[in-house]
Amino acid sequence: MNKISLRNKKEKRFQLYGKTAVLVAISFLAILLFNIFSTGISAFKQTYVAVNLNIPLDVNKSEINPRAELNKSFLKMFPEIQSRTERRAALSLLSKGAKYEFEELLDKNEGKIIEGYHWFLASADLDMYIKGTVKRQGDTAGRIDENQMKFVDQLESKNLIELQSNKYLLSSADSREPEMAGIKGAIIGSLYSILIAFLVSFPIAVMAAVYLEKIASKNKFSDLIETNINNLAAVPSIVFGLLGLAIFLNFFELPRSAPLVGGLTLALMTLPTIVIAARAAIKSVPPSIEEAAIGMGASKVQTIFGFTLPLAMPGILTGTIIGIAQAIGETAPLLMIGMVAFVVDVPGGPMDASTALPVQIYLWADSPERAFTERTSAAIMVLLAFLILLNLTAIYLRKKLEKKW
Amino acid sequence: MTEFLLILIIALALYGFVLNKSKANALSEVNIMHSQPHYHGLYSAFMTLVPAIILLISWSFIVNIITNITLKEFFSDVTDSGLVRFYTDGVIAYVEGSSESIIDHVGFLPAVEHYQSLQYNNKILQFIVILTLTLMFFRYSLKFVEVQFKARDYIEKVVIYVMRASAVFAIFVTIGIVLSLLFETLRFFDSVNVFDFLFGLHWSPQMAIRADQVGSSGSFGAIPVFTGTLLIAFIAMAVAAPIGMFSAIYLSQYASDRVRSYAKPIIEILAGIPTVVYGFFAVITVAPFFRDMGAFLSFTNMSSESALIAGSVLGIMIIPFVASLTDDALTAVPRSLKEGSLAMGATLSETTKQVIIPASFHGIVGSFLLAFSRAIGETMIVVMAAGFAANLTFNPFDSVSTVTVQIVGLLTGDQEFDSPKTLSAFALAFVLFFITLVLNVISLTIVKKYREEYE
Repeated sequence: MNKISLRNKKEKRFQLYGKTAVLVAISFLAILLFNIFSTGISAFKQTYVAVNLNIPLDVNKSEINPRAELNKSFLKMFPEIQSRTERRAALSLLSKGAKYEFEELLDKNEGKIIEGYHWFLASADLDMYIKGTVKRQGDTAGRIDENQMKFVDQLESKNLIELQSNKYLLSSADSREPEMAGIKGAIIGSLYSILIAFLVSFPIAVMAAVYLEKIASKNKFSDLIETNINNLAAVPSIVFGLLGLAIFLNFFELPRSAPLVGGLTLALMTLPTIVIAARAAIKSVPPSIEEAAIGMGASKVQTIFGFTLPLAMPGILTGTIIGIAQAIGETAPLLMIGMVAFVVDVPGGPMDASTALPVQIYLWADSPERAFTERTSAAIMVLLAFLILLNLTAIYLRKKLEKKW
Repeated sequence: MTEFLLILIIALALYGFVLNKSKANALSEVNIMHSQPHYHGLYSAFMTLVPAIILLISWSFIVNIITNITLKEFFSDVTDSGLVRFYTDGVIAYVEGSSESIIDHVGFLPAVEHYQSLQYNNKILQFIVILTLTLMFFRYSLKFVEVQFKARDYIEKVVIYVMRASAVFAIFVTIGIVLSLLFETLRFFDSVNVFDFLFGLHWSPQMAIRADQVGSSGSFGAIPVFTGTLLIAFIAMAVAAPIGMFSAIYLSQYASDRVRSYAKPIIEILAGIPTVVYGFFAVITVAPFFRDMGAFLSFTNMSSESALIAGSVLGIMIIPFVASLTDDALTAVPRSLKEGSLAMGATLSETTKQVIIPASFHGIVGSFLLAFSRAIGETMIVVMAAGFAANLTFNPFDSVSTVTVQIVGLLTGDQEFDSPKTLSAFALAFVLFFITLVLNVISLTIVKKYREEYE
């Protein structure tokens, strides 16, 4: 074999390495996303069991004990039940949340007859079996034992088990029962944090960027600020969490677990990102425009607010959105300031105890309940949807507003 | 009351703006003024608003301190400072109505009474004092609407001052980080020797939960934590460096513009995915995969929290950092060098290996260092996928722990602020901050220096 063909072979091989590397990186992304989607998509559906109700008109609905009445109606569907174990096995197919749905049904039908089949939330164990997350082995499936399986088979043969859309996931806060757990509380907590982070970091960052680009004279001090900001951008996020813990919680004694503290901590973290983006955007405004303004008699501050900032705004906003997108997904600093508690209420304000979406993901991922796995993936899908939305906005802004000089 | 005061102040500022502006407007009909009318308006608004807000903030700050000090007096018989804090918080929550629980302590009801009267007096006093002062400033600001008055200059001075303060704020953040970490770290070294911490071989802070326990001093030798961090970071680099670098080479040298414009953003998505997602991915997908692989190769001593799992997922996360920074370094090499080499008959791969990579070597090293510092500081992936027990080992199949895992483990859940267990987290964070800072400074300097070489 001659030397040229040997060299060409090497060339081919080298190119192949590069191609493989790109493909491997992309396939990692594909595997990751595929995994999340394939486990998470099922969490948007939920298993419901039909219960035959018969509540006559003459019964005062406010005197009904909802749990007892629902259990009675459910057990009536299986007349063969004798022992207490069987009774308990059957009832465990219903979720603890079914009681609340029944209460709601009673409220809605005040003064009317309630009869026929109505759908009620099933327990997480049944839910996992119906969705096929746990496989049937003989007469058991996961935590569903032989006793329960009898009833499941009966219900299924009568078409009394159905998958409906999961209304709990997006409309309720965390819960110990996987079938009732939702991410609304976490989303609201995240939104509060992000809003505060934006309101605090955006003005400070833009002002700092303007100062560094347009006002500060080049000296040791402005160099110090500049290196400082560049280094802050690379400080591990958990260190910002410790800063938040030391300053906001221990020194200012703000409440633990509050989105306010989370937002302030995230603001410190996103600040350098926005400053760097804003500086780049300000730098790209052509000096001729500013010089024209100065030539017309505008002062420096008038030039900045009248011309430089409006022209740089698309770039600044793009950078800000990217910084905010980073902050939305950030978990570690929030763990440090205690936004990691089990919170069953949707927070009503930025001072209430709350979690954030990524922290909720962490909590659920850590849970030993297997039913939380698919909900974790679903929460991740919601988080990724938020991020995609933000990034699309950034791209749109850049395309729409950015001017080429 | 405070809200009402704030609304009042804002209304006053608006009124001052309108008043001064219209006055200046009238003046400008017949004169040539130094400043435009709206600057005169702004002058009044600033003069009313700025002192009032500074006053309000410092007032509430001082009242906060006074409240805390006086409330603590009621619980002076309690020695645990955390418990005192809990009691005082309880008093405040009770008075503000967010909690209805009465704490079982003699000092509680007197404290509640004291706090109620304090709050009542404070509100009235605050309202009167701040409103009076604000009104004085407001009156004062109305006097200056004259032809020669340089309202604009004053406004611009304030604006520039705010800008400078914003820029200096970044320095305060850094100082805040250093001081808060340093302060707690020094307290930690009161009870644990510095050298025992930095060079000790055994890490088990869990033993120090209670003072009366056997072995209450715990052991705080951080070497196993550091080696664990390094092990995981090196595994991550072993994944990210070749993939990132070869992708950068392919995308910058071989790929067509079309391919490049699609592939680059797709790879960069990997950096945009929140790390908690990677952690979840590591737990539900990668860990079982490695376990099955281990079983398939009849490899039984693999831990389910092995360094390999956390390291490889971490590696995936930092691929884009390596790829994009290396890409920047490669594309910054002047075309003339590349074309010269090609013209001499070298193939593209030979050019890359012998001309472009040596010419951009600094940039590549800088990108590796930055990616490495990311890997060291990354938290969620290792918290979810690596173990908490710090073993001194270099076996990638064993479970190791990292600095960030320890910090999270030590600071989430119940914490008492005076125990060395909690303080050790700050010492670890200080080391982490210092190391990442050094790595960043080095890599930024390398990248900058090298960039200047070709400019």
